[in-house]
Amino acid sequence: MPHSAFFEYLLRLGDNALILGHRLSEWCGHGPILEQDIAMTNIALDQVGQARSLLQYAGQVEGKGRTEDQLAYLRDVGDYRNVLLVEQPNGDFAHTITRQFLFDAFNYFQFEALKQSSDEHLRAIAAKSFKEIAYHLRYSSEWMIRLGDGTEESHQRMQAALEDLWMFSGELTEVTEVDELMLETGVAPDLRSIKKLYDEKVAAIVQEATLVLPADTWMQSGGKTGQMHSEHLGFILAELQFVQRAYPGMEW
Amino acid sequence: MDPKQKALAEQFQARIDADEKIEPKDWMPDAYRKTLIRQISQHAHSEVVGMLPEGNWVTRAPSLRRKVALLAKIQDEAGHGLYLYGAAETLGIDREELLEELHTGKAKYSSIFNYPSLSWADMGAIGWLVDGAAIMNQVMLTRTSYGPYARAMVRICKEESFHQRQGYEILLTLCRGTEAQKQMAQDSLNRWWWPSLMMFGPSDEASTHTQQSMDWRIKRKTNDELRQQFVDATVPQADFLGLTVPDPDLKWNEARGHYDFGEIDWAEFWNVVKGNGPCNRQRMQARIKAHEEGAWVREAAMAYAEKRQKRQEERKAAVA
Repeated sequence: MPHSAFFEYLLRLGDNALILGHRLSEWCGHGPILEQDIAMTNIALDQVGQARSLLQYAGQVEGKGRTEDQLAYLRDVGDYRNVLLVEQPNGDFAHTITRQFLFDAFNYFQFEALKQSSDEHLRAIAAKSFKEIAYHLRYSSEWMIRLGDGTEESHQRMQAALEDLWMFSGELTEVTEVDELMLETGVAPDLRSIKKLYDEKVAAIVQEATLVLPADTWMQSGGKTGQMHSEHLGFILAELQFVQRAYPGMEW
Repeated sequence: MDPKQKALAEQFQARIDADEKIEPKDWMPDAYRKTLIRQISQHAHSEVVGMLPEGNWVTRAPSLRRKVALLAKIQDEAGHGLYLYGAAETLGIDREELLEELHTGKAKYSSIFNYPSLSWADMGAIGWLVDGAAIMNQVMLTRTSYGPYARAMVRICKEESFHQRQGYEILLTLCRGTEAQKQMAQDSLNRWWWPSLMMFGPSDEASTHTQQSMDWRIKRKTNDELRQQFVDATVPQADFLGLTVPDPDLKWNEARGHYDFGEIDWAEFWNVVKGNGPCNRQRMQARIKAHEEGAWVREAAMAYAEKRQKRQEERKAAVA
């Protein structure tokens, strides 16, 4: 297996966790209910924690001595490998929950499969992360249903969020060259089979939430290959990296 | 006062004097109840408003390890808010009413959170000084006369002392770092020192609530006693960091066995309490915005719970 492809793959996993964790952390102190503030912070904590393990490992695999912080704080937009979905703004709580659900449903099946990865270290990370992700999926699914089937207003907000975000769901299971290489070496699952599980799960929850999946949506991708991120990522990095960029090379 | 009331009041005071805990269902004077609601809710609001100046740096934490620690700390504070709202609710008021009082300015919260967090070092200073000052007060409150409040405090104190060490460690790292980092730490101490001393409230002569609260053993030390205790504990810590406490009058008094320190700017203290601090308006706006923008979420959650219950009942009826 080419080293660079495995490094690339680990960056995808790590960057997804980091950027979504970062987005959720923007809610900290501003949640709609104190209990949900705590729950979102909890998920953010899990995700940043996962990002740390994954980026540490990515640095090790790369073999250039880069640490988790160097990878998180010193790469620019073009070197980030997260999917477009996770960099989308929080919007209202409906958008945050929908983004979370669309990601969690994918991440759940992805990490369930990664528990059987041919790579031992990744297997260990996956085993720990999967428990957390299973909770995330339960949380976001419950809120999809609760808000979709809540009041007229909440239903409309959820439907609007689904329409805004669905176009970023295709990229999650899009098969790229890196994915093919990971599949060949048994590192990662076949995204085609994950897609089947994903579509079923999403359809079931969306239906229970009394929502409707948008039909014939153009699926935008470009995040996980780094070809084309959205305009949002630059602002996320501007905040995330501010201290490290303003005071380079220091210990914090 | 009618004789029956008088007897109850005497009995109540006797229990307090015997250091018994008062529990929610026990008889208590109205004024005791009101004082506790005021104090516990103020404390709960402080935890929640206090999330804002720290939340301000979550997205800019300088390492992933620091980001995780800061998130966890703020989450603890939200948790403290929850236990404290819970403790206040045992006195017969609900969270919605308490929030209403906060948002309309009727209820207060700790003025310290009306100061801005301007640098990463502030995450250190808030943990070290603000949590440090809070701990002085809270350790005393673990022995407060109202049972649910005392028990909430035991839990809170454990977490707060962890936060304080974490804050101190942030500053220690800066002070062992570059000149720019040390300067950042000093600047932060300069801004947070006096507001931290103000956290103990007005001086004993000016405090309207102290005597009654002491008699009821809600408080067990006066504001000035706690403030002195804080100064005595904190100055050596500043020395260890190599930072200068911004008080020219600060010096060890061998005879008293305490540090003497300069006069607090009480005009600033009262001005911020009245609403004229650097961030009072913005803090309240942030809380109100979160609450108002969350209204549809709370309504939907309620509506869904009702629907679900109704469906379950219908299903049961169909089976029966």
